[in-house]
Amino acid sequence: MAEVVIQAENISKAYQIGQIGTGTISRDIERFFVTKILGKEDPFLKIGETNDRSKKGSSDIVWSLRDINFEINQGDAVGIIGKNGAGKSTLLKLLSRVTAPTTGTLRAKGRIASLLEVGTGFHPELTGRENIFLNGAILGMRKKEIARKLDEIIAFSGVERYIDTPVKRYSSGMYVRLAFAVAAHLESEILIVDEVLAVGDAEFQKKCLGKMGDISKGEGRTILFVSHNMSAVKSLCNTGYLLQNGLLVKSGTIDTVVEEYLRNESYEAHRIWKSDFHQTENFRLLEVKILNDKAISTSHFITKPVTVEFTYEILKDNQLYTHGFNLFNNQGIHILSSHDINSETLKTSRNKGVYTTSITIPANLLAEGGYHCSFAIMKYNPFLVEFHAMEIAGFDVVDEIINESLRGDYRGRIPGVIRPILEWK
Amino acid sequence: MKEHNNWDLVIKGKTSLFDLKFKDVWAYRDLLVLFVKRDFVSFYKQTVLGPLWFFIQPLFTTLVFTFVFGNLAKIGSDGVPHQLFYLCGITAWNYFSDCLNKTSTVFRDNASIFGKVYFPRLIMPLSIVVSNLVRFGVQLVLLFVMMIYFYYNPKTGASFHITTGILYFPLLVILMALLGLGIGLIITAITTKYKDLTFLISFGVQLMMYGTTVIYPLSTIDIKYKKYIELNPMTSIIEAFRYAFLGKGEFSIYSLGYTVLFTVVVLFLGVLIFNKTEKDFVDTI
Repeated sequence: MAEVVIQAENISKAYQIGQIGTGTISRDIERFFVTKILGKEDPFLKIGETNDRSKKGSSDIVWSLRDINFEINQGDAVGIIGKNGAGKSTLLKLLSRVTAPTTGTLRAKGRIASLLEVGTGFHPELTGRENIFLNGAILGMRKKEIARKLDEIIAFSGVERYIDTPVKRYSSGMYVRLAFAVAAHLESEILIVDEVLAVGDAEFQKKCLGKMGDISKGEGRTILFVSHNMSAVKSLCNTGYLLQNGLLVKSGTIDTVVEEYLRNESYEAHRIWKSDFHQTENFRLLEVKILNDKAISTSHFITKPVTVEFTYEILKDNQLYTHGFNLFNNQGIHILSSHDINSETLKTSRNKGVYTTSITIPANLLAEGGYHCSFAIMKYNPFLVEFHAMEIAGFDVVDEIINESLRGDYRGRIPGVIRPILEWK
Repeated sequence: MKEHNNWDLVIKGKTSLFDLKFKDVWAYRDLLVLFVKRDFVSFYKQTVLGPLWFFIQPLFTTLVFTFVFGNLAKIGSDGVPHQLFYLCGITAWNYFSDCLNKTSTVFRDNASIFGKVYFPRLIMPLSIVVSNLVRFGVQLVLLFVMMIYFYYNPKTGASFHITTGILYFPLLVILMALLGLGIGLIITAITTKYKDLTFLISFGVQLMMYGTTVIYPLSTIDIKYKKYIELNPMTSIIEAFRYAFLGKGEFSIYSLGYTVLFTVVVLFLGVLIFNKTEKDFVDTI
């Protein structure tokens, strides 16, 4: 069995949400009194609340991570995945010692270098060369170590010509290249990488991924990688951890975890809001339904149209406005955007009341997979978005192997974001 | 499963209060040097007058003090030319107050970098103290220039001389640095949570100057108030500083000993609180 290099034991991290500042002194005194003098539990830390952004909690404390346990072996390339707010970044922050866990213990063997952001501590007035030294030292390298690797770093960055120019004159691409080059040459046993690859051009991204692959496979160092880019995660990592609302819900080989993540990324096809969740002075979103023919459904055949129906309330008389709709797939790709530009509501103003509008996505357009949508109400002249409710509902498009399917008899994966019927001659 | 007891790193929510991680600080000593270099270079680049700025502030303060306190208020200066008397005090005071002011905002000023990468946080305030040393050195040169000017101008009727007190000079500098650092660390730790205290601090440092013998000699103070002024740990430093360079001032080993003790206690407390705060200040700032 390989050596365990990182061990997490019941890691939890609580955050206080809302206003921090006013009243903290009095609150701290109260907290001190209750916990230290009376010996009771901290009244501001309520146990058992998970971190779900979309639901309103009863306390100001959220658990960004709850009771996380894992062990990572030497040489593992671990992909940490999860939706926004699942606790991925918090976990990385704890591992890179930027902040401490509320409870629990993390143990590690060897030096940890973390790349939560490239170019941390770059100073615009310093030259590229000077910044390599500064950034390297911030990341934990000794001066002579950096000096030894200087040529290699400069060569990797591909900015030789400008190495003695202050970095404020660099293009953003050059800046990132230089910064990543420094980080990639760290001699640490454990490397933690947060989505830094979202920057730079395609060629450089490939270079970065290649370098990270070398680090984990070739040099036997341990990598922890957080990304929303499932293909990058899959190509780089062998193990995966799936976080959901601060809980570690699945771990295992990267393929099974990614699969679980994509399956889990499902949205409801029908939602009703009673609170003032998507509300402005003039409008309030009440309900969204995703329909096939006339029934609510999360699952839709590729050969059938999908109708999305929105119900909202106008709170003040005399509104001239229109509706907007955006569709995203589960990889986060923005598939389409549609404004209701010929709407009656732009010509004759509407008064208080409840109204319904709907949009139909034609059949044979979307590829198989999960989708989610957003709804907006906006005004033209001047242009003003009243509200834009993101990720409010979602559905799956399926293409089963039946007679009317577009796949024919092919059972494999068909790539692509859309799958319209095209004419072959 | 294997037995693991040789971990290099253990991260816990609660650590011992006295785990001060000096080993870490030492391991990152190169970073300290680079930070000092960065401060120095970034100060020069794209300024017209460059290091001349270091002269301008003490020079003008001296002129104003000479006019207001020397000429208008007629506060004595132990027989030393007013300009020299003030400049001497200001130079020393500036180093202390710069150290204090800059370290007292270290968490806020560096929140973005502290939030992204770990290195021993103490490196940052230490680098500030060392960076300020450069500025202090430049201002010291100004003091020497003024001393030479007054020395070779008999018309000014100057009576001052460098004394053996100069042997204490390194100790005085270290004391000022550490005292400023210690107070600064305490303040920065507290102000991450209670931001309104920041206003109190900048105001407080200004007031503290008037409670120190920067603009008046200790010898002119009424015996009633003298003990309060002497309670201020900076007083003995400024007095010793003047004694060293100008031969005037109440230099005493006892009051200096008091300052040493005070500094050690404040610094210890400062490092303790700083270490406690650094672990999760990014969550509150």
